[in-house]
Amino acid sequence: MNDNDTILLDHGAGGKVSHAMFSELILPLFDNGLLAKQDDGAIFEVPAGKLAFSTDSYTVDPIFFPGGDIGELAVNGTVNDVAMCGATPLYISVGLIIEEGMKISDLKRILQSMAGAAKKAGVRIVTGDTKVVPRGKVDKIFINTSGIGLIPAGVNVSGDRARPGDKVIVSGTIADHGVTILSEREGLKFDSDIKSDSAPLNHMVKAVLESGCSVHVLRDPTRGGVGTTLNEIAVQSKVGIQLFEDRLPVRGPVRGICEFLGFDPLYLANEGKLIAIVPGADAKKVLDIIRRDEFGKEAVIVGEVTDQDPGRVVLETLIGGTRIVDMLTGEQLPRIC
Amino acid sequence: MGSSGIAAKKIEISGVVQGVGFRPFLFGLACAHHLCGHVSNTDFGVAIFIQGAPKDLDAFILDVLEKKPLLSQISDMVSTDTQPLELTDFKIVKSRDTQTRSALISPDVGVCPDCLKEMQDPADRRFEYPFINCTNCGPRYTIIRDIPYDRPKTAMKSFAMCPDCRKEYEDPLNRRFHAQPNACPVCGPQVFLLDNKGKQVDGKNPAQAMALAAQFLRQGKIVAVKGLGGFHLAVDAANETAVERLRQRKKRPHKPFALMAAWDSSLFHHVCMDGDEKALLLSYQRPVVLLKKKALSKSVSTGPAPNLAPDNRCLGIMLPYTPLHYLLLEKGPDILVMTSGNRSGEPLSIDNAHALDAFSHIADYFLLHNRDIYFRADDSIAKIQQGKVRFLRRSRGYAPLPVDITPPVKDGFANILGCGAGMKSTICLTRDRYAFLSPHIGDLESVQVHNFYSATIEHMQKILDIRSMCVAHDLHPGYFSTRFAKMLSCQGLPLIGVQHHHAHALSCMAENHLDGKVLALTLDGTGLGTDGHIWGGEVLACTYEGFERRARLNYLPMPGGDAAVMEPWRMAASLLYKVYGSGIMDLDIPFVRSLNTSKLAFLIQMMKQQVNSPMTSSTGRLFDAVSALLMLCHKISYDSQAAIALEAAADFEDCRTAAYPFDMKTGADGCLIINSGLWVRQMVTDIKRGVPRGRIAARFHLTLAGMMVDAAVKVAQETGLDRVVLSGGVFNNDTIFSHITRMLKTKGFKVYTHSIVPCGDGGIALGQAMAAGALQGKMNGI
Ligand SMILES: [Fe+3]
Ligand SMILES: [Mg+2]
Ligand SMILES: [Zn+2]
Ligand SMILES: [Zn+2]
Repeated sequence: MNDNDTILLDHGAGGKVSHAMFSELILPLFDNGLLAKQDDGAIFEVPAGKLAFSTDSYTVDPIFFPGGDIGELAVNGTVNDVAMCGATPLYISVGLIIEEGMKISDLKRILQSMAGAAKKAGVRIVTGDTKVVPRGKVDKIFINTSGIGLIPAGVNVSGDRARPGDKVIVSGTIADHGVTILSEREGLKFDSDIKSDSAPLNHMVKAVLESGCSVHVLRDPTRGGVGTTLNEIAVQSKVGIQLFEDRLPVRGPVRGICEFLGFDPLYLANEGKLIAIVPGADAKKVLDIIRRDEFGKEAVIVGEVTDQDPGRVVLETLIGGTRIVDMLTGEQLPRIC
Repeated sequence: MGSSGIAAKKIEISGVVQGVGFRPFLFGLACAHHLCGHVSNTDFGVAIFIQGAPKDLDAFILDVLEKKPLLSQISDMVSTDTQPLELTDFKIVKSRDTQTRSALISPDVGVCPDCLKEMQDPADRRFEYPFINCTNCGPRYTIIRDIPYDRPKTAMKSFAMCPDCRKEYEDPLNRRFHAQPNACPVCGPQVFLLDNKGKQVDGKNPAQAMALAAQFLRQGKIVAVKGLGGFHLAVDAANETAVERLRQRKKRPHKPFALMAAWDSSLFHHVCMDGDEKALLLSYQRPVVLLKKKALSKSVSTGPAPNLAPDNRCLGIMLPYTPLHYLLLEKGPDILVMTSGNRSGEPLSIDNAHALDAFSHIADYFLLHNRDIYFRADDSIAKIQQGKVRFLRRSRGYAPLPVDITPPVKDGFANILGCGAGMKSTICLTRDRYAFLSPHIGDLESVQVHNFYSATIEHMQKILDIRSMCVAHDLHPGYFSTRFAKMLSCQGLPLIGVQHHHAHALSCMAENHLDGKVLALTLDGTGLGTDGHIWGGEVLACTYEGFERRARLNYLPMPGGDAAVMEPWRMAASLLYKVYGSGIMDLDIPFVRSLNTSKLAFLIQMMKQQVNSPMTSSTGRLFDAVSALLMLCHKISYDSQAAIALEAAADFEDCRTAAYPFDMKTGADGCLIINSGLWVRQMVTDIKRGVPRGRIAARFHLTLAGMMVDAAVKVAQETGLDRVVLSGGVFNNDTIFSHITRMLKTKGFKVYTHSIVPCGDGGIALGQAMAAGALQGKMNGI
């Protein structure tokens, strides 16, 4: 196959062309024994215990953006979802739905970064599927990934376990991914170096869980951002969550763009950040462990869990007032008169 | 006189007739007219049995209507003839406890002249006592926890009356007969003064507390003062440095401060005042009255500081309304800033401990007292437009008195709760022919205001004994009021969504007792429309049940949503973008030159890509746009700042001032669309020519008025409607208000405006309740 070629419907038809693409393009990149067997599915052994299993589909536009691309996102996203269950992610499946006419060089670039992301996260891509659909039926490429991970004995994290007195840790700056995608997609560029935060968080999670510290909730605040995720936790756990605006980590340029766009960084997506809710006594220690991870250097405690206003997230603002951080209901409509 | 010459009547009076000295008044009146009988409080008001000579009876009835106590309001008086009894005197009969449910609760009232005289008399036992009151004055709504209105159910419950006070309280001929807050220095509440660390500094001497507070104010210190319905932050209003310090500490750079001044202070030399304004200022409700500043010669050195209301044509002034205020102005500076004591975004503080916590960084001292405020009431704000009182905020002194909604409401209405909008919110409860609007609640943005909001609903339902059967709310899904309504509907109450400007229009129809179908000019800031866009520049044809949108301003994008409200320059760019497209970058006018090119390009890109750029037909945003275009206001720090600056800048002196030409066309949906193209191009030409911006500002006002009136005329031709109601926050602009009313009248319209509820969002709840009532099918004539 030539890199200058484009994807044809034949590439997904299951015939010779399909087979060639798999063996020449995909297999060398995702190189591992299980995939190489080319059975209908991957077969592997797992030790007794609890498994975590998660799936997600990626349709991001644009497919390449500062700080990553759709391929890296698809792997990190599922790795992180599995990790947020307290599990060590092991195996991943990949489903590709490609628009006829996509450049093979672009596809290759995406597959390469998927391979790179899998390596970095320490997971293997063991099964997959490729379909090609006529022009206009999808936008360039959609990717589905599923992942399986192993939950170590004794680990029990879940969105309904936040308790009053717990601290809320965010593992780094927020809204980087959301702002990057938006400015790329809409051609809204300031001269600044904003980029997506796409990153695997499984090593960070592992380090925290292995430290013996108690962890009540782990979540990655992707779509909907920290605001939406915390609202979900507040409802699930029937607790109030108080945030302090002056502690929220937002990069200067990101804050600038958010202010300009009239968007609240609390509602913008992250792809390499986690929220950890831990008992007050362990908070400092967990924070230190997170900060030692390559993707957690800017972690901070942004708030605490309270027994007031169950189900609500309240932000103490810079000027000393309080504002409800609501669950986002679709588009944000102006309300000031 | 033989018994044949004796007649007897049963008289039932409803309205505000309890807790306002009505029974002692009747007692005195009966004695004066040599009549016998008795009076008691009932669940609707008071019931009288009275007998005597027929001519005395007639005189008695006439006097009841004419001489009724200051605070009373008679909404109904029914008298029936009955058989005389064997009676020799007139008695006040004790009322049964549970009988006062549907009587009306009086608002809080400024201290009366009689009490004031006593307070200033060194021989009186209440000399300089800051809590002096009687049945004609003093606190009501703010100290009532429940009904019936009896001392144990008020904040006075912890003060046992001394024998002197009790004697007054029990004497039907005394001015303090059954005055629930009756008190004196021996038995009543006391003031004390703390520094901002909470240390008492008055040597446990109340007189010393007053004297020191006054002294600190004279020295330019900021003193938090606990008043009637909540805290004020006070500072000497003639001291520019002190005022500036308060601005900085309160993080309130520009918003006008309310002033309180002694009637004989120099402040009144600095403002214009006509008879109506004077009467409003002196009324016992004591609202903040907006009065136009006078252009004074520079030689006048004493007077209000220049930074009290920058870029504003008016000063907001009130006279003292509690005895404590009188003492403070007498001993301290005679003009004080009296701005509401609250932490930014929170409701008015009413609790000593909370106040100390919330603004110890703002106030240097705290003048407190030990009478609790159960329910807060912010100062009301009003002004006179064309000889009528108009409210910007209807609160203390007025709420919770009802608005009478007969007609259009005939025989009652399901009890409805109108939840209001999102900003400057109030709620409305209806019962029969009455609509009760709550005092001002505030902007529903913080947890504290949310809590105050739900507490207000609960409290009003309790003291007015109303159980709501139906809930009306705004269409905006993000307003707390809407969410609250939806929560109530989960408890089984039917829910009715009412479009924001429909509600504005109905509030005006209701207070003017209009029925049927009318035109409405709704010129406003922000309100969600039925098409998902933001409205605020509409001509509606409406009834209580529904409306058609017949004309509107063309849509402009609001780049950044709420950010476009806070930063009027965005709306200026949006207006230019609408007219010139990307050509805006090449416009050689000061506004465009002042902008950072890449910022402007970014903003244009946002609008082009429709990124967080909702569409609006709001008149408020048009004001913002023009204000920024004329370089009057780039960003705002308080509501309507840009529009206020634009109105203040408008100069109508020049006889060449005329409206810009404008055009409109009918859209696909039949709605008339008022275009921005023509007049904006003319305005930009004026700017390029260097026409003074005062004249451009004036021409804009005329243009807007002209466009709206023209649209109304066109719609009237199509619909045959000749009655028009004016509502929406933009009508707080005197220039727009007066031009539009005058022009409409010239065109033969019957024009109806607000004088009971605010034209802004503080009146929305009433309109919502009216719509819901109509849709429940209980209204007359629809
Ligand atoms: Fe409004
Ligand atoms: Mg997922
Ligand atoms: Zn009095
Ligand atoms: Zn006493």
